Amino acid sequence: MTTLNRRSLMKAAGAAATLSLVGTAARAEDKIKIGFIFLGPIGDYGWTWAHNKGREAVDAALGDKVETLYVENVAEDASAIPLIRDLANQGCKLIFTCSYGYMEQTLTVAKEFPDVKFEHCTGFKRADNVATYNSKFHEGRAVLGTIAGKMSKSGTLGYLGSYKVPEVVLGVNAFALAAQKQNPAATVKLVLIDSWFDPPKEAAATETLINLGCDIVTTHTDSPGPLQILEQKGLYGFGQGADMSAFAPTAHLTAIEDIWGPYYVQRAQAIVDGTWSSTDTWDGMKEGTVVIAPYNAAVPADVVALADAVQAGYKDGSYDIFTGPIFDQDGNEKVKAGEIMTLEQLASIDWFVKGVESAS
Amino acid sequence: MSPEFIIAAIVTIVGLTTPILLAGLGELVTEKSGVLNLGVEGMMLMGAIAGFAITAFTFNPWLGVLGAAAGGALSSMLFAVLVLQLNSNQVATGLALSIFGTGLSSLIGNAFTGRIVPQFGSIFPAALAKDPIWKLVFGYSPLVYFALAMIPLTAWFLKSTRAGLILRAVGENDHSAHSIGYSVTGVRYAAIAFGGAMAGIGGAYFSMVITPMWAEKMTAGRGWIALALVVFAGWRTGRLLAGAYFFGFLMWLELFAKANGFGNSLPFLQDIPSQVWAAMPYVMTIAALTLISSRGNVGASAPACLGKPFLPST
Repeated sequence: MTTLNRRSLMKAAGAAATLSLVGTAARAEDKIKIGFIFLGPIGDYGWTWAHNKGREAVDAALGDKVETLYVENVAEDASAIPLIRDLANQGCKLIFTCSYGYMEQTLTVAKEFPDVKFEHCTGFKRADNVATYNSKFHEGRAVLGTIAGKMSKSGTLGYLGSYKVPEVVLGVNAFALAAQKQNPAATVKLVLIDSWFDPPKEAAATETLINLGCDIVTTHTDSPGPLQILEQKGLYGFGQGADMSAFAPTAHLTAIEDIWGPYYVQRAQAIVDGTWSSTDTWDGMKEGTVVIAPYNAAVPADVVALADAVQAGYKDGSYDIFTGPIFDQDGNEKVKAGEIMTLEQLASIDWFVKGVESAS
Repeated sequence: MSPEFIIAAIVTIVGLTTPILLAGLGELVTEKSGVLNLGVEGMMLMGAIAGFAITAFTFNPWLGVLGAAAGGALSSMLFAVLVLQLNSNQVATGLALSIFGTGLSSLIGNAFTGRIVPQFGSIFPAALAKDPIWKLVFGYSPLVYFALAMIPLTAWFLKSTRAGLILRAVGENDHSAHSIGYSVTGVRYAAIAFGGAMAGIGGAYFSMVITPMWAEKMTAGRGWIALALVVFAGWRTGRLLAGAYFFGFLMWLELFAKANGFGNSLPFLQDIPSQVWAAMPYVMTIAALTLISSRGNVGASAPACLGKPFLPST
């Protein structure tokens, strides 16, 4: 007697799938499947849009050897587990999970599929078949902070963020510290809206920040909505994840562009070559993962020079915004003069620097 | 707080309120006819993409709004055929419409991502619309005035017109209405279409007014808040208006409490976790329901036939 339950059905289905594969395995052109788990819609024109560009780069570079699959709009909760598992069951050899909130879900599924390689974006937990990769977005935030600190008339800057996760905390701190280098009295008003993508809430939060005196608002959420509000009000802001200047030709001073393509191609190539290993990659401006979009004509030449100097400093290693002394919101010295925060410290940061006004 | 600050805050609250007011008013009429349509979120998204697409083709936002109303109404007809013709379960069918509308709008919207469309101009002279004080009255999108005008119109329709009385009769006692010769199914088709059209215009407020762009799922759950709003309002138009602005105020208060930073004059606001803010409209709805039922019949209860299929005995 065999009892028929869901698991045995799955096994049967798996066996059937294998059988059908046997028939085609003889064909040499069988492609290696690579899966992507995306946070938002690929049409968000921000975070997920940029990751999807990276996926398309894999198709373009290795399209004769690999095939890419993706799932979009995956929530950062337990519902991600069956979707990641599904990609593995479909035969993916490499799966990218493209947001911080998939950390435990990725590790859970990775245990079930030891032969499948996983790559978790912006996380810090690894395993033999789980690598992590991140981008030093905060280097771009330092450029934006430099521009904002110099161009703001009120000295009150707005920061629209999603959640209090290290990536956002680093962004806020880099932005605030860079702005204070230009204007020591600059303060940053922070709103975390508990969503990566909620255009009406992003718009209302931007209006509220403007109403509280912010004349430049930078966004760490994924829609171009806030820029449209700034455009209507004749104020300035920055794009997030991608060049959003089409939505706000005047307000869009520049943007942080996430360029994932080269990394994705490199890791896909490693799977094809059989040389993949679990690594922790944290690239930035130097490697070309973080790119600053063209400056708007509204940015004066002296501000462009300051911003370019920050970019050049990151590329040759002579600049790091997280160089002490750095104080937290309550005025405690967290980094001593001359010290530079380590990558480990950055990856787990949970405090805001002095001058950040936040309720959370 | 300066007058400028208060005016700007009110402008933000109006922006947060108008879409749920439009969608909620449509749903109120649908529910008054005895039909519960949980597909508001899907219809709003269908309206949002239809309005955006029509505007992208015609460069005319007024035609876009008509398109949004048509998009919402057409998608509601899918629901109407299923629940009125085939007597399918209203709750399940409404949920299906929400999921379907989300998916279909994303599919259609693929072609419109990243496009820019012309926006509504003000219907008042710029001197009034841009004036720092008078913009409080004249500085909004035409859809805001449309929403506000629809409240008394709908109240008058439901209370004082023959058609409104028939609609309410169908919602309170479908068999009686049927037995004296009214077409229950016909009335409900019309009510569902009105609900769909209003939800569609509410959705268009997102894609054409607040952030004039198309993005998948851009309504971000406002359809569910509109549904809660109808219950909160006890199926009455006046309370719907007050409730919508109350919900809009709560949404604004969350952002204000966060943005105003520490050291402000209302420190207790900052200790409220943001999840509490997000749950607030629903908590308020439960509180209102409790209040209504504990005080007995205060003239605010659900239409008697709400959610029940109409199965004529003959």
